[in-house]
Amino acid sequence: MTTVAEPHRAQPDDDATDPQLEAIGPVVEKDRAALIRTISIVVVLGLWEVLGRQVNPLLLSYPSKILQALWSMMLSGEIFQAILESGKTLLLGFLLATVIGVALGLLIGRYRSVEAATDWLVNALYATPLVAIVPLVTLWFGLGFSAKLFIVCIIAVFPILINTASGVRNVSSSFIDVGRAFAATERETFVKIIMPAALPYVMTGLRLGIGRCIIGMVVAEFYTAVGGLGALIMKYGNQYDTAAMFVPILTLALIGVLLTALVRRAELYFAPWKAN
Amino acid sequence: MTVSTAPAPIATGPTRNRPVKLKVDRVSKTFLLRGERGEPPSPFTVLREMSFDVREGEIVSLVGESGCGKTTLLRIIQGLNRLDRGTILVDGHAVSGPGRDRGFVFQQASLLPWRTAAENIEFGLELQGVPKAARHEKARSLLHLVGLEGAANKYPHQLSGGMQQRVGLARAFAIEPAILLMDEPFSALDAQTREVLQRELLRIQAETRMTILFVTHDLDEAIYLSDRIVALGAHPGRVREIIDVPFPKPRQDLPILRSEPEFTRIRKKTAEIIRNARSPEPAAGQEKTP
Repeated sequence: MTTVAEPHRAQPDDDATDPQLEAIGPVVEKDRAALIRTISIVVVLGLWEVLGRQVNPLLLSYPSKILQALWSMMLSGEIFQAILESGKTLLLGFLLATVIGVALGLLIGRYRSVEAATDWLVNALYATPLVAIVPLVTLWFGLGFSAKLFIVCIIAVFPILINTASGVRNVSSSFIDVGRAFAATERETFVKIIMPAALPYVMTGLRLGIGRCIIGMVVAEFYTAVGGLGALIMKYGNQYDTAAMFVPILTLALIGVLLTALVRRAELYFAPWKAN
Repeated sequence: MTVSTAPAPIATGPTRNRPVKLKVDRVSKTFLLRGERGEPPSPFTVLREMSFDVREGEIVSLVGESGCGKTTLLRIIQGLNRLDRGTILVDGHAVSGPGRDRGFVFQQASLLPWRTAAENIEFGLELQGVPKAARHEKARSLLHLVGLEGAANKYPHQLSGGMQQRVGLARAFAIEPAILLMDEPFSALDAQTREVLQRELLRIQAETRMTILFVTHDLDEAIYLSDRIVALGAHPGRVREIIDVPFPKPRQDLPILRSEPEFTRIRKKTAEIIRNARSPEPAAGQEKTP
């Protein structure tokens, strides 16, 4: 009997891949990438430091001067207060957007009638640059905390909602079949099949949402100017203190990077099967 | 409309005196195919007047070429698809929808990726409201039954295809169904793993006396596993013949069994029945049986 040589396909039963063995290549690669990245950061910061000193300080500052500005803002406590103020808006707004976005997204994704009733509005609002309604919001809510909260929330809610809904719509029919084969009720199907299956999409929505939250927060603080990092930027901008202006800008960048990384971690934690 | 009475299957073989677990009685199913470019939708008969029994502790295979509706029939029995005419009785009770008296093993194991192997096995028990401790206990003993003691806390993506299908089997066993329905469960596996799992299925069935209806297109698999084979014709799907497999259980391994003249004879006969069944579909809507 002749055996036909088949093109090698993964035969998971006998040659299970050893993750330890596989890791060697990528690890070296990763170290190299980290080295290049570090060099790149040093070079760019160095160039900025050197070139920044040649430019009119009104237009551009340079790292060592920004660090000085940061130090004095830390001493006065101004920067901490601004972070606290902004953080409050950001987290509360994000939380609100998550609750509303996930709840509506689940309903819209699962029920055709809810989708038909709302999709035109969702699409229209998602397409509108919501920054455009900020002046209107200040008319409704004034210049206080609730105005900021509303702006952050409405700007973040749509990516969360839309991703959740598409997660629900994309639940593999084989998972739905499993639920039905075991005689799951609609509620059980929703809780035990659809929600966990849609979770990776929800997490992607949250990651996009958190980025938009930060944008919403800064815009809101420009307009309402009751405090926070956005207000700090405006304040030092008006004083032509460019170095001090860079402190809240860089703080925002840092917050953005940290929060996005955090949500990414959460994605891996909640949906480990999507990791590879 | 005339309803032609299909010949009642005559009970034969060593299992003939056992009580009937599943009765499929003149089951028909027609899909409406959407007409292309303004044409009216046309009916497409998938199953016509299908009748057969599965008796307690038997393994019965449904074999046939693609298009004979074997998977559709299995899904109808499980309640995943609806039937148009006929009845399905499990333990004498007519079934109309999904129920916990039937367990289903899918072609792709279809494990829920966010649940560990043990949690997947517990899925059906959770829906039944079985308390946690009892669920864990059950999952443990079933993992043992399917030979996966060490994999309780592994996620499906950490398991090989064969191991996933073992979990799928344990998940269906967990709800202690009256009958187990298996939809080409080993067809996605490589040849070696498939042979191992076929042997395992026979062992598990011998231990548990589970009644099994098994869909496959692999005749060797059907003969090796089954007490009886239901050979189906295609377009529309219908029962052509029910073939007894006389080899006593426990059986010799498939490679040895294959060399038996009786095995070859059954294989040839079944293949011929299936092939001859490939008659061209008479004009749509016509209800005459040849």
